[in-house]
Amino acid sequence: MFIKSQTIKSKKETGKDERLKKISPLRVLLNRPELGALGGAILVFIFFGIVAGDTGMFSAYGTLNFLDVSANLGIIAIAAAMLMIGGEFDLSIGSMIGFAGICIAIPAIYWGWPLWMAIIFAFAMAVLIGYFNGIMVVKSGLPSFIVTLAMLFILRGATLAITRLITGRTQVPGLRVLIEDDPIAWIFATDTFQWLFTWLGSMKLIELRTDGTPLATGIPPSVIWFIALTLFATWILMKTRYGNWIFAAGGDKVGATNVGVPVGRVKISLFIGTAVASTIFACIQVLDAGSADTMRGTLKELEAIAAAVVGGCLLTGGYGSAIGAALGAIIFGTVSMGIFYTDVDTDWFKVFLGAMMLIAVVFNNYIRKKVTETK
Amino acid sequence: MSEYLVQFNNISKFFGKVIALKDVTMKLKKGEIMCLLGDNGAGKSTLIKTLAGVHKPDEGEIIFEDKKIIFDSPRDALDIGIGTVYQDLALVSLMSVTRNFFMGREPQKGLPLLKTFDIEKADKIAAERMGQIGIDVRDPSQAVGTMSGGERQCLAISRAIYFGAKVLVLDEPTSALGVHQASMVLKYIVKAASQGLAVILITHNVHHAYPVGNSFTVLNRGKSMGTFQKKDISREKLLSMMAGGGELDKLEVELKEMDRIANH
Repeated sequence: MFIKSQTIKSKKETGKDERLKKISPLRVLLNRPELGALGGAILVFIFFGIVAGDTGMFSAYGTLNFLDVSANLGIIAIAAAMLMIGGEFDLSIGSMIGFAGICIAIPAIYWGWPLWMAIIFAFAMAVLIGYFNGIMVVKSGLPSFIVTLAMLFILRGATLAITRLITGRTQVPGLRVLIEDDPIAWIFATDTFQWLFTWLGSMKLIELRTDGTPLATGIPPSVIWFIALTLFATWILMKTRYGNWIFAAGGDKVGATNVGVPVGRVKISLFIGTAVASTIFACIQVLDAGSADTMRGTLKELEAIAAAVVGGCLLTGGYGSAIGAALGAIIFGTVSMGIFYTDVDTDWFKVFLGAMMLIAVVFNNYIRKKVTETK
Repeated sequence: MSEYLVQFNNISKFFGKVIALKDVTMKLKKGEIMCLLGDNGAGKSTLIKTLAGVHKPDEGEIIFEDKKIIFDSPRDALDIGIGTVYQDLALVSLMSVTRNFFMGREPQKGLPLLKTFDIEKADKIAAERMGQIGIDVRDPSQAVGTMSGGERQCLAISRAIYFGAKVLVLDEPTSALGVHQASMVLKYIVKAASQGLAVILITHNVHHAYPVGNSFTVLNRGKSMGTFQKKDISREKLLSMMAGGGELDKLEVELKEMDRIANH
């Protein structure tokens, strides 16, 4: 059945092996969306290694600190990246974080619900809001930029209004005491590998407090969630049928529909994904702080999109990776914490963030041309 | 069993008052290439969409393998084996050859809920299928964007055949291509037909259609001007029928007239 036709290319057949060799490893690497972010992350670590190597930034405590910040951003950046690959944006991520926070705090503190029920309630609300965002975008055909911008205002406003109506304030404290003995809350509030840190402390390998206990007590929950979500998202994108549909939906909506990809369903599920990721972010932060704040998560949607872009996602959809977004989040998290260890004024962080994003966009644009150029 | 694989009998389609198609009849045997020729606005697109199950014909019947068929959706047409390759090809240029080849119909393996896209198998099939056309895909994970227009067209056709097309409907497969690329696509179409597929090749380019076609149906203003076997009709005759007869002659006269005035 394997018949090579005598077409134009026949003269090249004998040279098949030679042609295979022609793809240099560099070229293969260049075709990966996360290349830029990987290079950026390496540069950032080299930079801080030189200017802040002896300041404690890279001690166990310092490392966990910047990893925690990176991981929190990473959780929403990965969901934002998947949605961007699917061809849409979600600007309501930040507002969703604030809203999810009070969805946990008000029922738990004011209505006397057990904490686990409040957490489930918050996730249920996230699914509903994500579904609403998705169905609005898919059914109306409006740009997701506009639809989710509206949701940004609606959710933030509702968060503020509802909280003040019920509590008379804009913050809801008092959650910390509820975490203990709760069957679910520990998923978002437990430091893991504490035995390792205790052991490292007893061996005097990491810094200790004056009372002899280690300064860093364990891996924060955000880092575990971050790693798990990165692996899960990568598995979906690279290894499943649904992942192929995400790329197809973002790459060419019409074409994908013509060959039977359920584009609408894929996009709606991705919007639910960003809302759920925002709620995971909210759970971790609210339980860590012990209080919900109506302004929590402000501007986080833009940081998440920036991390996804630095990680190689194209604004036009159809291209990107979860690992790239994770690296983007690590870059931002490391710089935002690392800057405290240098002599540089922290005001410069936003300048860095903007410049980094600009470089990434120019670089990505160049890569896209390389990937799709006709030979 | 009739000698025809598929018959479209007296197909008509109306959009409100507009008669888009009127009494169009086409019959195809296995291995036959029928070229559907027509100028812009002749009703080619409407006919394709009717064949592909996008539109339901208002009159007439479709008979496939001696059974009368009614399509409720494009999926129905695909399921019985009418594969349509649209002009936009339904390819995503940022995605790999393999991922495009199996887009929407990815082979899976593994346990329920943990099913994964069997990329090794998909890569193998895609490379093998492309190899059969003579396109040697160096790396099935390369982006479709790096392929030439002709190669992309072949990929889309190959995909339709792999997923069970017995009748191939090709919408202007050569219109965006240069001579070299177009001949590559046409060769592949002939080869597909020689393996027993019936091909409906829609084009407005007689020069591409004439060498490969066995029969020619000419559409003009929604009506069929008839179906002709190759031996019964010349290239020039087809061309003039497509243009509604005499249009090009008239143009020639007008050009001469302009020439005369300019030289005056």
